[in-house]
This record gives sequence, structure tokens and C-alpha cells, in this order.
Amino acid sequence: MEKMACVSTVSSRTMFCHLDAPANAISVCRDATQVVVAGRNIFKIYAMEEDGFVERLNLRVGRKPSLNFSCADVMWHQMEENLLATAATNGAVVTWNLARPCRNKQEHLFTEHKRTVNKVCFHPTEVHMLLSGSQDGFMKCFDLRKKESVSTFSGQSESVRDVQFSMKDYFTFAASFENGNVQLWDIRRPDRYERMFTAHTGPVFCCDWHPEDRGWLATGGRDKMVKVWDMTTNRAKEIYCVQTIASVARVKWRPERRWHLATCSMMVDHNIYVWDVRRPFIPFATFEEHKDVTTGIVWSHQHDPYVLLSGSKDSTLYQHIFKDASRPVDRANPEGLCFGLFGDLAFAAKESLMTGEAGRKPYPAGDRRYPIFFFKKPDVTEQFAQVASALSVFESEADGSSRMDWFIKTARRYLLSGKPFAELCDHNAKVAKELNRPQVSTTWTMLRIMFSDPGNPALPANHNMSKLGNIPLMNSFNLKEMSSALNERNKENRQDNLHNLETNLNNDENEETEGSDGQAEYLFGDAELDDDDLYSMEHENQAEEAEFSLPQEAFPLRHEIVDHPSAPEPPAEKPESPQVSGSEAESFCLTPMESISLISVSQLLYQPQLPPSFFCPVVREMLDYYAEQGDVQMAVSVLIVLGDRIRKEIDELTQEHWYMSYIDLLQRFELWNVSNEVIKLSTCSAITCLNQASTTLHINCSNCKRPMSNKGWICDRCHQCASVCAVCHHVVKGLFVWCQGCSHGGHLEHVMEWLKSSNHCPAGCGHLCEYT
Amino acid sequence: KMRHASADNDTVKNTSLTVTDLFKICAHCERLSKKDIGVRIPRPLGNGPSRFIPEKEILQVSKVDARTQSIFEEAFSLGHLDNISLVMGFHPQYLESFLRTQHYLLQMDGPLSLHYRHYIGIMAAARHQCSYLVNLHVNDFLQVGGDPKWLNGLEGAPQKLQALGELNKILAHRPWLLTKTHIESLLKAEENSWSLAELIHAVVLLTHYHSLASFTFGCGITPDIHTDGGHTFRPPSLSGYCVCDIANGNGALEEMLGNQQVRVAEVSGEVEVLMERMKQLQECRDEEEASQEEMTTRFEREKTESMLVATAEDEECVPSRDVSRHFEDPSYGYQDFSRRGEHVPTFRVQDYSWEDHGFSLVNRLYPDVGQLLDEKFQIAYNLTYNTMATHQGVDTSMLRRAIWNYIHCMFGIRYDDYDYGEINELLDRSFKVYIKTMVCSPEKTTKRMYESFWRQFQHSEKVHVNLLLMEARMQAELLYALRAITRYMT
Repeated sequence: MEKMACVSTVSSRTMFCHLDAPANAISVCRDATQVVVAGRNIFKIYAMEEDGFVERLNLRVGRKPSLNFSCADVMWHQMEENLLATAATNGAVVTWNLARPCRNKQEHLFTEHKRTVNKVCFHPTEVHMLLSGSQDGFMKCFDLRKKESVSTFSGQSESVRDVQFSMKDYFTFAASFENGNVQLWDIRRPDRYERMFTAHTGPVFCCDWHPEDRGWLATGGRDKMVKVWDMTTNRAKEIYCVQTIASVARVKWRPERRWHLATCSMMVDHNIYVWDVRRPFIPFATFEEHKDVTTGIVWSHQHDPYVLLSGSKDSTLYQHIFKDASRPVDRANPEGLCFGLFGDLAFAAKESLMTGEAGRKPYPAGDRRYPIFFFKKPDVTEQFAQVASALSVFESEADGSSRMDWFIKTARRYLLSGKPFAELCDHNAKVAKELNRPQVSTTWTMLRIMFSDPGNPALPANHNMSKLGNIPLMNSFNLKEMSSALNERNKENRQDNLHNLETNLNNDENEETEGSDGQAEYLFGDAELDDDDLYSMEHENQAEEAEFSLPQEAFPLRHEIVDHPSAPEPPAEKPESPQVSGSEAESFCLTPMESISLISVSQLLYQPQLPPSFFCPVVREMLDYYAEQGDVQMAVSVLIVLGDRIRKEIDELTQEHWYMSYIDLLQRFELWNVSNEVIKLSTCSAITCLNQASTTLHINCSNCKRPMSNKGWICDRCHQCASVCAVCHHVVKGLFVWCQGCSHGGHLEHVMEWLKSSNHCPAGCGHLCEYT
Repeated sequence: KMRHASADNDTVKNTSLTVTDLFKICAHCERLSKKDIGVRIPRPLGNGPSRFIPEKEILQVSKVDARTQSIFEEAFSLGHLDNISLVMGFHPQYLESFLRTQHYLLQMDGPLSLHYRHYIGIMAAARHQCSYLVNLHVNDFLQVGGDPKWLNGLEGAPQKLQALGELNKILAHRPWLLTKTHIESLLKAEENSWSLAELIHAVVLLTHYHSLASFTFGCGITPDIHTDGGHTFRPPSLSGYCVCDIANGNGALEEMLGNQQVRVAEVSGEVEVLMERMKQLQECRDEEEASQEEMTTRFEREKTESMLVATAEDEECVPSRDVSRHFEDPSYGYQDFSRRGEHVPTFRVQDYSWEDHGFSLVNRLYPDVGQLLDEKFQIAYNLTYNTMATHQGVDTSMLRRAIWNYIHCMFGIRYDDYDYGEINELLDRSFKVYIKTMVCSPEKTTKRMYESFWRQFQHSEKVHVNLLLMEARMQAELLYALRAITRYMT
């Protein structure tokens, strides 16, 4: 422990230096004063000093360095401070003696491997023993006093990716393979491995023995996992597993910290993570300095857990200090919030936060609230921040406003296609009305009015319109615009009759911008009293929208519309107008009295024919508004029903977004048919293709009961025809229909025919099948 | 509208030209076609699935083993039992993996919509003027609801696909020129930009069809009966050639067969020589150790020599109109890696390999495909029956590795741990010509080339070689493309 303290004070700051070339591997000497960096085009030794790395030696000598210098791996001997070994990409194993007097420090060259050598490893206690693992599937053990290998171990498989001597068992080493296996060998027995097990799917890139725990081996693979194996038992047992986000290139246990290990990845992810294997979901610490993949990591000293060195493809060498590491756990948000399908709300947060507020703030609507506490027994050896969360569930009231019945019923009953436009609108208006959603109902009605062919006016079938008595429907399509347009300037005339209003209107033209505030307030207060569906709904709408906060800007625009009733576009000098008009148009509330007068006025002012395109901006605003309010159902339904009339007005992405949200909702409510209909009717390519995805149906052979892997009608295992018609006993090669109860079936026509006359399964199994 | 997708109608309605004006047809075939114009009875063209391999050699469905049978059945039930599959049927183990991968790429969940996938297939195949694959996918493209306008040429397709043209071109002919700027221009094109996942899907499709085009030409695949050129009086849409000698003028079949027999007698012993060399290499490898510089020179020599290997007699074949409309810049072809000082750093497999790097990237962005490709590469690389011609129990790994590495060498990909001297020992000149042609400009492959290499070997072995070439090429292209993407990402 003293040693450790002394080591970490030598150079205890994060620092780095630029290398000339990407590094493939690094290694430190035993006293943690120097580090060797090796790569395809680099082979240098740096000293770690107080104020940075200092280059000590360039081992890459010669005018045209050979491939023997192209290193895949390097290791510094932990006992003999002048001895290094490298694994070359051309298959050579090279040892280097720093004590050699000449510039070329190369000592031995072993060219026994036929393929790239991926790894070299010195024995931890035996000075002259070196082990190598190569792409050719062989591991070789060298005695450095001899010119060639003393033993060769055949993995009986393709490439060896890593070899590691056990820290505790003198004779044991582990080798990891490209095919996912890990083998344990006894160095004295080259004929056969002691044990083999499959650790990962795909290559196992690295392994590392625990420095203290005998028999713990960590492995990392291309399958993005780090696994810790207990080898002391009969079968290698996986005791921990950490799932990372990229393939694991290196794994190194952290000194003095039993459960910690560091990893870096082969691709895509450049960070170095230190994990507590007991907390596999979030890294204990992260070093984020590198700009390209980290290729080598090593703890500076076998008793110092605070300093980590790393080399990278970005041609830098870093010394990381633990106190500078980022701690993802500190940034992690220990709160979670989730809405249930029926408006229930679950909320988890730090316990400390929850207990503080529990007494003070009862959930207003939440009659029932269940705080649930999850405790994890705190482990003092874990240096993780201990987080205890409390989970609260707020259930919505049984018949509260947040119930979603209306959504389901609406979804089921709306008609989106198959009838003339006007009928669809009327139908949907009726549905909305019956579900007590007058605003929506009115919207449908208005849509019908706005977009129906004016030359062929629909009959005033609508209940709202009937309130207006003898007023011709022809005019009422102006209602929305008119009502809003006239609204604000009629404040003095509310009680007035038609005449007054008209006069006032005409006089009022010069005072457009006056006094909207008061009027707005009035309107909102007043509307409470209305029981007319049309208007009270619109009021609600407005209340939610809090439109009254900005009437000043909005209202004056109405004059323009009144003054130029036939203008297809709102004037350009008021750019806000199209935006505001839509939602606002709906939010005006008038007493029935007024509305009658207004409509009378409109009769005077408007030409009855406005092109449907005139309304497009308004409708677009309206759809936006509904979507904003969370009623994406309305937005999508209108979009589908209006079809081409409106589609061009709304940008593709928004449409797609609406569709996606609505489909998601429908599917959560298990309204599969409706969702499918929506998908079919949508015009976004991104949506329609949803129907083409995941269309595979997996079936088992009726004969051998095993999955039919091939797509034909013959089972490739038992070579029987799998789908035989229960009625005619012939193979079904076209449509096959089967009972989900007893799984018998056959040709569609045959089964239909059969079940007309019998309730029982044609196969005679006794099941009462149904065909619907 | 795609001319050769509906060629019959077009021919009839928009011209008064006779068939002979549109297509060069020899007198014999002209007689045939004239006869047929009146009746329009579809009849198969060509003799069996391959022009190079006698029909009777290709496994008859009734005679194949159970495994191949079930693979064929499966393929058939999916609607395709094309000639490619029939020829690959020599190697059922590979065929299974191939079909699974192709089915996944074209039909299963993936980032690109179905008609895009087929269109990319068309683009890729058209790069090599492979009318066989183009026709196949034109049909599929229309079937999944693709817009026929796109078939008028790349300019008829959406901007997004047009942008892919450049990548297609480079990837097909000079993949080493691919940089991260190419990737960036695809990924950052405002509303027409590709997502990374889509791009990976597209890249896999492009490389798949480039290399499949190599296979198609390399094995002389004939048009399927259900596609154009497969059944009418009309010659295959590789216009400029006649039906009967689509193999680039190899004269009468009988004559050739006669020649072949003579040749076989001449060259007997070829196999034995090859085996002897393999044995020698195996034995003496440890003794004589070439210096590092020597190794580098050997790689460079192979690389340069591969360039000197002439492809085909340079009777420049003009790309057929039908197919060339799918790509721009038809003059852009393979250029030798080390030509005209255009020096590109050698690609070191040890620094970016499929197993370590490519796989992870593909699997991350297009789940499961990495796995499928990995499997396919491994099967192709490791496939062996331990036979060479009539000899049993031969370890062919050295030969296979030489072929694989030779192809990668042509693409400038170097294995540090390989002695390129071996290639010279094992691959003779006519074989190199075949490999070079098939990989770099497959449309120039001739029947003569196919016949003149490895004359004593079985057809199934030659198909095996073709599989190796095709997969090695695909991996080489993928490596360059994926490296560029990786560089873009970091």
C-alpha cells in the first residue's frame, strides 16, 4: 500500500502525448516509469514524468524497417526490466533487449508461426518463458534461452486471439479463439487442452485473469459482452456479465479493486470504461479523451488502481487519472416516469425526494397512491452511489376525464373511406356527437361544409345547423370565418339586433385595433352559460388554449377578411394571420342569439362560393391544433378523409409523425384492424411500408412438430407434406386456413364447406371449430 | 418504360424495323426467329443454365441428394429457382447460405424499402452490363410496385438513388478510391440524404450484385426461362451478340468439344504438377526464409503483374443500350491498382479486417446481416471436398488461400502474413487471366477463358473457384466501403 501511494504521486495528472502513428498495443514496465507503444509504424518507449511523457527510445531502426516491426501486440517483462516481446503482423515473434549496446535492440526472432501473431505473453514468474498465440490456430511456448519454441499447442481451430498466463496457477494459461471458445491449457501438456468452453458467440478478442481471485477469468467478445467466469468449479461458470455497446477489444482487471475491470472497444466506441461487474448497467467510470478507437489499455502499476494508460488509433498516448474520470452514474437520472394506457401514471424517483414531498402534496386526483420502495442491500465494498428509488403509482379515477374510452370508441366507429366525402363527415360528426365530443363533431360538420362541392350542397342534416332554423345552409359555410371575424368588434353590440350589428360593423372599420382585451374576457366568461354544443365546445377549446393572452395581435386581422371577403388569401402585410386564424376561428364563442345575427350578416357580406382551397390554411391550423392538444386521432382521421384536398398543405414529415403516433396509440389499445386500415389509407410511403414489414408467419410441421425452416409445404426434416387438407387429404399449396384451437385445417373452400354442415373439426379430433 | 422488360410489345409497336435490324443475329438464328415471330411460342434459349457447362453436367433435380433437393424446393417455393441457384447447386452447403443471405437482403426487414432494394440490385448489375441480373430484378422491381419511370435510367429515379451512382461506380471498378468524403456527401444531402443504416444496406446490396455479376459471367449463366431473353425468339438482351455464340464467338459447339479432347490429352499432368508444387511449398517453407524486403517486393510484383494480365481480346464491347441506361459514365471501368503513378497506400488487412472491424460495423447498423455475411464468407473460404480433379484426400487450403489473396491483391489489399511468391507458384497464367477478367471486368469473360484454365478439373471445381472469386471480391469491396464509413464516423 505504501508503494501504491508513492507511485500515484509520481505523476498524478491526466496527460497525453502525440505519437507519430496509430498504436496497436502498449505495455508498462514493472515500476511504472516507462511505457512502450507499438503499432504498425511505431515502436517507442516513453518515460512518464511529472510534466508529461518523454520519448526515451525509438526501437524502430533501419532505413526501411521490415514487417517484423509491424506490431500487433507488445509486452514488457514484469521481472526483467530490459526485456520486451512483440507479436508481428507477419507472424514473427520478436524479443528485444534494451541492454544491448547497439541501436538495434532486437534479440531473438522466432518465425515459426505461419500467420499473424495476435498476442504475446510473458510468464508472470518464470523469467525465460514466453507464450504466443497466432492466427494460424497455434500457440507456442518459447524458452528465451533457446532458438526455437519448446512446445506447440494446437487449438484445433482457427485463430487464437489472446493468450494469458494464470496469475496464480504456475502451469495454467488461457487462450481465446475466433470461434468463440476459450481453452485452458497446462503448459506441460501440449497434446491436449485441459478444458474448453464456449464463452461468446463470435470471436473472443481478449481475456484476463483476475490478479487476486484464483480462477476468475474475464473475457470480452465481438458480441459486445464482457463475461466473468469462475474456473474453480467443474464447469466454467459465468458469474458476471456486462453488456457494452460495442465489441470488446481489451479487458483488464483493475488493481486492488476486486470487482472492477476496464474495457475498450474494437470499433465505433472510443471510450474506456471501468465497470463494477456487479453493476453491469452503467459504467463506474469513463475516460472519454480518445478521438478514435482505443487499442491498448494498461494499469500503470499492479498496486495502483488510480492510473490507467491507453494508446489509440488516433495516435495519442494518454495517462488517465481516476479522479478526472467522468462518472456516468452522477449524470444518470434516477427518475422514471411512465404513463399507463388508461391514464395511470407511475413515477419513480430518488427516495429522498419522494419522502420529503409525500406528506405535503397529495395528488389532487389520485385517490389511490401506492408508494413502493425497492431496496438493494447497500454493499460497502461497492463504490457506487447508492440510489434507492421510490415508485409511486397514480391511478386515474374510474370515470375521470383521462379515461380513454372515447378514443377506442371513436377509433372503432369512425369511417375513413368507402363513402362519399360528405357522408363520411356526417357519419364521423355523428359519432363524435354521440360520444359527447361536440367540438370534434362540429369540426367534422364544418369540414363537410367547407369542402363539399358548392354546386351540389348537402342537405342540412346536421343537428347544429338545425338550430339556426331557416337560415340557408349555403351560407353557413362561412360561419366559422365570420363568427371569428366579427367577434371582437361586436363587443358593444352583443345584445343588438341585426341592424345594429351591421351598422356597427360598417362604422367600425377604422377602429380595428381597439379594446380586444375586455371583449375577450367577456367572451370567456360568458360562454360558460352556453349549452349549445357548438359553442360550448368551442369555448372549452379556447380555455385550454389560453388564447386570450394574445388577442391584441390576433383580432384586428378579422377586418381584412370582412373587408375583402372574396380574397383567397389573407393579406400579406399581416403575416400572422393565416397562422392565427385557424385555431382562433374555432375558439370563438357566441351566444345563439349572436350567431343568428352573424349569419344574417354573413349573408349580406359574403359571396357564397369560396374555393375549398381558401380554407386550407385554416384547416391546416386546425389539424395542427388538434395534434398539439394530443388528439392526433382527429388530425389523422381528417387527413385521411380530406385526402388530396389537404395533403399538399401539410409537410410530409408532420404527416408521418401524426400517422406514427396514431398507429402507435391504436396498437397499444390493441385496435389492430383500425391501425391496419389507417396504414393502408395513409399516403406516406414511410407508413404504407409498415404493412410490408414483419410479414413472416412461422409454422411448425404438423407431422414432426418441429419448426418448418423452409418455406414450402414439405417439412425438410421428416420429408412429409406438412400442410395436408383435413377434408380432402391433399396437400394445400395455396391458401391454408386452420383452426387456432386444434390447428387442423385445409383448403379454404373445403373448410368453409365443411363447417357449414358440421361443428366439429374435419380431422375428427373432436374440437368444435368455428369459421368466421 | 424499360425496353427489354417489355421488349416484344415495343418492338412490335414502335418500329417497323425487323428484329434483325435491332440485334445482330446470325443466319441460323434469324431463320429461327422469323419462324417464331408469327406464332410466338416461347421456347427456352440456350442449352441449360450455363453456356460453359454442358446441361447434363449440371445436376438434374431428380438426381441430386436430399439436401440439395430441399434447398431447391425452398428456393422454388419462394418463387425463384434461377439458373444461378442451379449452377451453385454443385455446392449445396454454400447455396443454402447464399440463398438465405440474399433472401434476407431482398425480402426481410431492413432499412430500405423493397423497390429500392431491387433498384439498387439493377444499378449494381448494370455496372457490369449483366443483363441477366438486370432482367431478373426489373421483373421483381415492377412486382413490388416500383415506378416503371425509374427504369428509363438513373435520371428517372429519385435524387437519393442518383446520388448512389457515384458510389456504385467507384465500388464496382476502383474501390480503393473511396474516401470518407464520398460517404459524407451521401449522408449529408439534406432531404435526399441517406441514413447510415440505409447506406450499409445499399452497400451490401451493391457489393452483393457486383460480385454476383462476376459469378454470372464467370459461369456463363444463361437467361432464366421466365425472363426476357430466356424464352422468346428474341436473343438475350446482351445485344450485339447472337444467341448461339453469346460466349463471344466461340464457333460451333462440336468443333470446340473436339478441340477440348485434344487439349485434355496435351495437358494431362497439369494437376499433378500443381499438387507437386503445393507439396514443395508446404515442405520448404520453413527452410528458406525470404527477407522482409523480398516479401514486399513479391506483393508488389503480384500487384503489378496482375495489371499486365490482359483481360479479353480488347475488342471493346459497347455496352448494350438497354442495360447502360442504368448507369452513367459507361467508360469508367476497372483500372489497375498501381497504374500511372496513381499510388494509393496498400490496404493492410491487419489494420482493418472483416472479422474484427467490418463485421461489427455491419451488424451494428443492419442487424443479422453481419452474421449472415460472416457465415457466407467462411463457408466459401473453407469449402473443400479434399479433392483435386481425380485425386482424393488433398489439402487444398493453400490453393484456396492463394486464390483468395490474389484477388485481394488485385484490389491492393495485403496480408502481412502471406508470402505472395506462393501465388506465382500455384496460379498459372491462363488461370490468372480468368480471375482477373472475371473479377475486374466480368462482362469480358469468354467461354474460351473458362475452358483454358485448369483443363483437367471438374466443372463443379470450376464453379467452386467461381464462388471463391465472387466472395473474395465482395469482401474486398466491402472492406473499402466499410473502412470509408468507419473513417467518416470517427
